Parts: sequence; structure tokens; C-alpha cells
Amino acid sequence: MKIRKQLNNDGKVAAFFLLPSLIGFSLFYLIPFVMGTIYSFKDGAVGGSFVGLFNYKELLASASFLKAATNTFWFTAINVPLVIGISLILALCLHQTVMFKNAIISSFILPIVVPVASIVMLWQILFDWNGTINLWMVKMGFSQIDWMKSDWSIVVVSLVYLWKNIGYNMIIFLAGLQNIPKDYYEIAEMEGAGRFFKFRQITLVYLTPTMFFVLLMSIINSFKVFRETYLIAGDYPYDRIYMIQHYMNNMFASLNVQKLTAAASLMVLCILILVFIFFAIERRYRKFMS
Amino acid sequence: MKRNTLIRKGILTFSLLLMAAIMVFPVVFTLSNSFMTENEISRHYPSESESQQDNAHKNSFIHLKLIPDQFSFEQYKAFFVKKQSFIDKEQSNMKFYGNSALMVIPIILGQLIVASLAAYVYGKLKFKGRDTLFLVYMVTMLMPFQVTLVPNYLIADKLGLLNSFGAIIFPGVFGAFGVFILRQFVMTIPYSYIEAAKIDGAGHFTIFMKIILPLIRPGLAGLVVLLFADYWNMVEQPLIFLDDPSKFPLSLYLSQIIQDTRGIGFAASILYMAPMLLIFGFAKKYLIKGIQLSGAKD
Repeated sequence: MKIRKQLNNDGKVAAFFLLPSLIGFSLFYLIPFVMGTIYSFKDGAVGGSFVGLFNYKELLASASFLKAATNTFWFTAINVPLVIGISLILALCLHQTVMFKNAIISSFILPIVVPVASIVMLWQILFDWNGTINLWMVKMGFSQIDWMKSDWSIVVVSLVYLWKNIGYNMIIFLAGLQNIPKDYYEIAEMEGAGRFFKFRQITLVYLTPTMFFVLLMSIINSFKVFRETYLIAGDYPYDRIYMIQHYMNNMFASLNVQKLTAAASLMVLCILILVFIFFAIERRYRKFMS
Repeated sequence: MKRNTLIRKGILTFSLLLMAAIMVFPVVFTLSNSFMTENEISRHYPSESESQQDNAHKNSFIHLKLIPDQFSFEQYKAFFVKKQSFIDKEQSNMKFYGNSALMVIPIILGQLIVASLAAYVYGKLKFKGRDTLFLVYMVTMLMPFQVTLVPNYLIADKLGLLNSFGAIIFPGVFGAFGVFILRQFVMTIPYSYIEAAKIDGAGHFTIFMKIILPLIRPGLAGLVVLLFADYWNMVEQPLIFLDDPSKFPLSLYLSQIIQDTRGIGFAASILYMAPMLLIFGFAKKYLIKGIQLSGAKD
């Protein structure tokens, strides 16, 4: 206890250790962040005057912004629950004794380190109009699908997202499962609890903190699919996979700073709201647990 | 009953193995195809325009092929020999490798130092506003890169970093991710260790060097792998900050190589993933530990 008090007075040391990080972080993250928000209310980045919500009105009237925002929203809203569900099921399977467990786990986390740029060739071979998938489709009596230039493109991008992220979440869930004391299950069993009851009342409840983290990471990573779509389809991919990051990049290329910063601020606002909702739920959950 | 569970186990293992096979397939496929001759590649996988021309005459599909007709290192040789021409100069493919390394290695080393110092403060020292400050770090970590595109560009311009590796290295060094991960590791160190060191008269710097750093070594290793995986694969930053394509990292240039010289695309891809795969092989344990602890709750 004494040491804690002593640590309380370590402000000076703390400042010294923290200084490098704080300076760099402010310069490259915090200040740009504040500047961006200010720009979004101005009619020019350098020396513009304040125009209130004008940029936002323009932005919301722009069809390509709405398209990009909707695409990003749906991509995240569908794929995040999907990736969490699949990786949780896998973690539950691998939590038991399974043959080749280590090999299986390794295979699942391998995609984390495989750069997507290096599998572009495979992607093209599989999903081209004359690609192998269409060959199989034709053989099975279906008609060809233009995978990358139709609504199917979002499915293809989702598959890549799942491929890349399932392993990451699965490992975190596995750690979470290992931390649940075995006695809980034994007690529940003695009291005659069924499988489903145990899953809902013990596993899910004790995995909730892990779930929050997985949720956040999955959302962050869902924004990173821009890399994949960019490498495959360039600046202007098919409508369905035109994400908010494409929009912002293209606004930057066309020097439309107003729309870009307004779009960025709106996105930040959405993420912030999401984060605060998570934290509010988490706090409630903690109270409930204790 | 026993037989039933055995069958169930069998099915479970089989389906898990099947999924695992799908996960590793892209790597296996690229590896095996990298040993085909250039000729076989262009014969077998015509580029998009060629295949569309073909399409007019007959419906010729691209067949996925796993085993090369003839095992050769031709693609690898060609990768090292071939030069990419730019307006004013020629540049070997190896230069792009160098570009990637020159950006990624400083980022990793820098972030290890900066983040471990900060992680000690956020994990073990107390001061007013600490938690709020940390929350700000975390929030910026969630934001996609594009959100601060314009101001970042202006700041890089002011600092004279545009079109140089510095524009990518500095923001990378100060990323919040390392602070976040290492803090989790620092927090697992009991206060009593620090207390004991203090009684022995150790200052904060000694505590940091002699206690904190050795104990968070698995965290540092995990962070190296995660940062490497992220920055070796970067696309957004070089796209904005580098005008000169000869300065592009391999991640961005690879798609160009694939388009221009399709015949060596597979070998180029394998060479590009090779460092990642090697690190994965050696440090898988730390990668797993790093990921798992980042998910653990304080």
C-alpha cells in the first residue's frame, strides 16, 4: 500500500517516460484529428472561413458518399457478427481434445501474416469471368457469374475478410475459454444442467469481456478490407464494394478537402458513439458480475 | 455411446482439418505455382485481356493447377534479374524489397522503444488524467487511416517529410497499438516486484530496464510479429505520402509486377511473404501469446 502511495507521486518520472510517445502521438494523431474536425466546418483547409454545417449538407447530398457509407455500414454490420460467430464455434471445437490440434490452430492463424497482395494472383484465377470458380459453376450446370463486377463482389470481399480474421478472434476466444474455471461446469453438471444451459449461463457469460475486445478488433479490421479491395480493384471498384475509404481517398485525390474532412468527422462520430455504447454496456455487465 | 462419440470426434476432426486446409490453400497454391516456368504460367493463366479475346472464339476457362509440369526456379531467377523502368531510371525488383525493409524495420524498432516506455507509465505509474489519456490513445487506434488524411498530409508537408520514407515511419513509430499491447503485459507484473526493487534503492529507469523489460519480453516479441504483419502489408500510407513509384514498398508494387510480368508473379508473391512466413515459423508462440494477452481484461 505504501508503495502505491509512493507511485502516486511519480508524476515527474511519468512525464519523462511518457514524453516521447506523447509528443509523437500528439503530432501525428491527436492534432491531425482536431485539425480535421475544424476543417470540416470551413470552406478551405488553409485560411478558409467558417461555414457551419455547409460541408455536411453537401456531403449528405452526395450520392457517392451515401453509397460508400451504406456499403461500409452493411459490410461491417454483417461480417463482424459472422466472423465472431464462426470463430467462437471454432474455439469451442478446439477447446476439447482434438487430434492435430496444434496444426489446425497454426493453419487458422497463418492468414494473419499472409499479405493479401501476395494472393492477388490466386484471386484473379478463381474469380475471373473465365476463372476456375466459373468453370466449376458451368460444370455443375449453373451459369457464369461475374464475381468482381456484380453484387457478388461483396461476398468475395467478405470471404477474404473472414479468411484473414477468423484465426485472430479464435485465439482470443480460446484464451477466454481457458480462463473459465472448470468447477463451474462441474457444479452445473451436478445440478443437472443441460449442454445448452451451460453454454448460455456459463460460457457466454464469462466470455463477455473477451467478446467486447473481439468486437472492437473485428470492427477495426473490417475497415482494413480497403487494402484488399484496393489491391484487387483499384480506385474505383464495382459499386457494391466502393467503401468509405475509397471515397475519402478519391476526395483527397480530387483535392475536395471539405467533403473529405466532413466524411471523416462523421465517421469518427459514429465510431465514438459505438465505443461509448460498448463501454456503457460493459460497465453494466461488470456491475452485474459483482 | 462410446462409438457415437468416436464418430462425432471423427467428423469434427475431419471438418476442422478441411477448414484448416482451405485456410492454408492460398499459400500452398502460390508456393507450388512459383516453381512453374514463365512459359507454363502464361500458357496456363492468360491475362484478363487475353482470356477475353479467347472468349470470343471459344469458352476457355482458367484451370487452377497445383503441380507444375516441370519444376524450375526460372521465376525466382527472373525476379532478381528483371528491372522495372521508370521515367528517369531503371530499378531492380530487389530495390522494392529494400524499400519495404527501410520503412518497416525503423517503425518496429521505434515503436518498441517508445511504446514500452509509455506502457510502463500507463500500466504501473499513477497520475491525474492517466486513464482519460489512455482512452484517447485507444480511440485513435480504432480510426481508419483515411480519417486524418488531410491534416496528416499537411503536417508531413510542414515537416518536409512528403515523398520520403519519414512520412510513413514517424506516424508508424508513434502508433498507439504497441502501447496498448505492452500495457497489458506490464499490468501482469505484480507491484511487489517494483516495491522490492525500490527498497533496494532502484530508480525508475533501473526498474524499467531490469524488471519491466525482461518480464515483458514475450509481449515485445508478439508485438514485433503483429507490427510486421501490419506494416509489411501497408497500402494506405505509401499510396498517399509517396508520389514517386520507385519508392513504393513491395506491398504496393507487387500488383504492378503481377500486371506487367505475370510470368514471375507467383515467385514475387512468395518472396514477398517469405519474411512473414519465417517470422511466423519462429515466433508463432509469441504471436499467439501477444494476441491472447491483448484480449485479456484488466
